[in-house]
Amino acid sequence: MRGILLIVRRSLRQHLFSTTITVLSIALASGLTMSVFSIQSQSREAFTGGDLGFDAVVGARGSQLQLVLNTVFHLETSPGNIPWTLYTELRDKYPGVELAIPYATGDNYMGNRIVGSTPEIFTKFEYKKGRKYAILEGGRPFDEGYAEAVIGSVVSEQTGLKLGDTFNPFHGIYFDPNARHPEEYTVVGIMDTTNTPSDRVIWIPIEGIFRMTGHVLRGTGEQFTADAVAAIPDAHKEVSAVMLKLKSPQVGWQLDQMINKQGKVATLAHPIGTVMLDLFNKVGWVNRILELVAYLVVFVSAAAITASIYNTINERKREFAILRALGARRRTVFSAIVVESACIAALGSLCGFVCYGAILLVAAQVVRQQTGVVLNATTLHPSLYLTPLGMVLLGALSGVIPAIRAYSTDVAENLAPHS
Amino acid sequence: MNLLEIEQLRKGFRAPTGEQTLIVDIPAFTMTPGQHVALRGASGSGKTTFLNLIAGILKPDQGQIRLEGRDIAALSESQRDSIRANSFGYVFQTFNLLQGYTALENVTLGMMFGKGSDRAYAEQLLHKVGLADRMHYRPRQLSVGQQQRVAVARALANHPKLVLADEPTGNLDPVHAREALRLIREICAESGAALLLVSHDEGVLEQFDSCTDFLGLNRAFTGGAGG
Repeated sequence: MRGILLIVRRSLRQHLFSTTITVLSIALASGLTMSVFSIQSQSREAFTGGDLGFDAVVGARGSQLQLVLNTVFHLETSPGNIPWTLYTELRDKYPGVELAIPYATGDNYMGNRIVGSTPEIFTKFEYKKGRKYAILEGGRPFDEGYAEAVIGSVVSEQTGLKLGDTFNPFHGIYFDPNARHPEEYTVVGIMDTTNTPSDRVIWIPIEGIFRMTGHVLRGTGEQFTADAVAAIPDAHKEVSAVMLKLKSPQVGWQLDQMINKQGKVATLAHPIGTVMLDLFNKVGWVNRILELVAYLVVFVSAAAITASIYNTINERKREFAILRALGARRRTVFSAIVVESACIAALGSLCGFVCYGAILLVAAQVVRQQTGVVLNATTLHPSLYLTPLGMVLLGALSGVIPAIRAYSTDVAENLAPHS
Repeated sequence: MNLLEIEQLRKGFRAPTGEQTLIVDIPAFTMTPGQHVALRGASGSGKTTFLNLIAGILKPDQGQIRLEGRDIAALSESQRDSIRANSFGYVFQTFNLLQGYTALENVTLGMMFGKGSDRAYAEQLLHKVGLADRMHYRPRQLSVGQQQRVAVARALANHPKLVLADEPTGNLDPVHAREALRLIREICAESGAALLLVSHDEGVLEQFDSCTDFLGLNRAFTGGAGG
């Protein structure tokens, strides 16, 4: 075995350039494959299986998926509004509802969504079991009676807003410099990072949304414009959604019967994970294509190993003949080539972790900026060990064809020159 | 007891024309342990084929090659490889050093296929051939004479019973050729290995007490094709 390892070491060194190129292609293939599977798995878990804090969402009649995307992941546009009274009804009349929190959306600051809500979002809501939104030292939750805001950590990074800074909201969920509201909000708190979509949100009192210049309330079906100070009758108020924490899944099925099947005003999305799973199942073919591309890259890089070693066999025939003349068996020469291929694949797979880290770093940054969901490169996924193992195996197999050529080297013919 | 006994050895090759050409046809040849034998033969007389047959690199069409009574010709290829790794040393005209390996690795690699690597002995051999300060040099960093000395050290590394030397001084000038030959014979004598040297260089052959004419030995020789 020591002889084989010495032969392999020397060959890798002698063919350093082609070895390096092949190792890099393997690294890319292996990194890409691990990334595809890891990102796919982590994002699926984050969007469908993770602890989202809420069990159900009630919103305007329409698509459950749009409702979930808009309220839980702060993506997409709101499907519309529902009367405030539905919120109070859910909050007060259903003992199975543990917590009901209203959301009002429709404004942004530099593209970051502004969500109007109640202070309960900070005092009662747990985004993970036992974990409430924490506000960094020096800050505090907003006061419902004032134009105050608490910003998520990503918002703070992106906009540079800090405690005490003021800003004007802009109308709409996409930033339009011409849609600036005259109201000025003061940052009174910056949220500790939660690694959830809420990191991309600016929280303000729900009354602030009701009273924002240009906003019209249609809770009664008629238009109502609130002024700065006068109390707004509940009947005129409306919200984008009500986020629900339920005492048991059975409550969700009851609400589903009542709201989705018998009602005509609103839509209940429950369970949230299942709604998102539907989305993932619908776009599953995209994942299949990505996987296919990854497999193709792996096979192309395996072919690169075969080609790079195969091309060296001719020039190495004399070396094999010398080795055989020294007493090396045919199987030793064969094994040396297979081990060399496997070593190239192993080196490539090792470097693949660097590629994987780099891809995850960029992807995590983009995904976090776009959705608030955090991807973690160190999260153990079976692809992180199956890919390198598979690569080494495939690498060894790639060496078989060149190894057969080396195996069949005619010793006497290649020990030139003859007398 | 003889170290090497050859009987009715025949080996032919198929020519591009399809015609079978006999290259080696040696009725009998023997060597005793530690004996130094020189064979005189012109290019194309089948000398290399003869040595390759003895070393087990080629399989004869007919006949017996017995090393210490064991018929090499009857062994499988793998067994012949094993005998070659353990019982033979081979010095080639072009040295056949492995270019990517250091002098020391060239010597130890051969050991790895046989009795096992013995770095200390490899260093000792390189020291003996005057390359103590060149052990980590690669062949192309060595002079032709130094390369030949590495080849000699490599041939002796496995404590062979028989060293086969095929025109070992063919690439050297007369001064270095004499020096190389002296070294080969000296080290073979010290280690008790027999030496079978083939050459057409009279300057080399005259240093042996007796010299056998390969033309007389090989009945197949016709002055044409050879190995």
